[in-house]
Amino acid sequence: MIWIFDLFTLIFLVITAIISLHVKDLLSAAMIFGVYSFLMCLLWAQMAAVDVAFTEAAVGAGVSAVFLIATVLRTSRRSSD
Amino acid sequence: MELLEAISAKFNYWVYIVIMMIGLYAMISKNNLIKKLIGMSIFQTAIILFYVSIGVKEGATIPILYHEQVHPSHDSGHHEADTSHGAGEHGSDADLHAAGPLIEADDFANPLPHVLMLTAIVVGVSTLGVGLAITQKLYGEFGTIEEHEILDSIISGK
Repeated sequence: MIWIFDLFTLIFLVITAIISLHVKDLLSAAMIFGVYSFLMCLLWAQMAAVDVAFTEAAVGAGVSAVFLIATVLRTSRRSSD
Repeated sequence: MELLEAISAKFNYWVYIVIMMIGLYAMISKNNLIKKLIGMSIFQTAIILFYVSIGVKEGATIPILYHEQVHPSHDSGHHEADTSHGAGEHGSDADLHAAGPLIEADDFANPLPHVLMLTAIVVGVSTLGVGLAITQKLYGEFGTIEEHEILDSIISGK
């Protein structure tokens, strides 16, 4: 187990989760959520779960981010909190 | 020192708890509906992180067998042993040797949690899609995606 890689990915995971919930611009929040999903995908490839990593990269980082961006563009972009 | 050992050895589980609580906090206390849905997705990925961490083994590789591991020396030894059937116990002994090194389960990560979580990812994305569709319908109805403004317009409309 590459524990330094594991450690840094997990720390960045927590940081991106907090930032994506903290920014007031919803388009930035959607993009940072895509970064979060991609970090999760790296973590699973490192934990020998390659099938889960494939699915997360295609479905989590790809389709979820597209859904979120489409909804943000169809509704309002600013958030109050 | 024992505390440091307990934190570093099970770091995945600590981070899973932290991420899950971040998602729960966002689902409860955020006012924007899209922020609530992002929090829900973070909550789901935290649970998937927990389940995938269960299947990790020390020094294990990905759970995929090569063709040589399943059928060792496929084109040379196997057919010869099959055709020389009259050789008796000598032939079966050669067949046992041709089976090659044994496949140890300790060399591979446990694939059962992976398969379960593959379903959970797809379910999570469909849940997010339904939630976002409902958010768009609410925006068409009320002109806002803030929860307290929607509640205010419902109460004043009555």
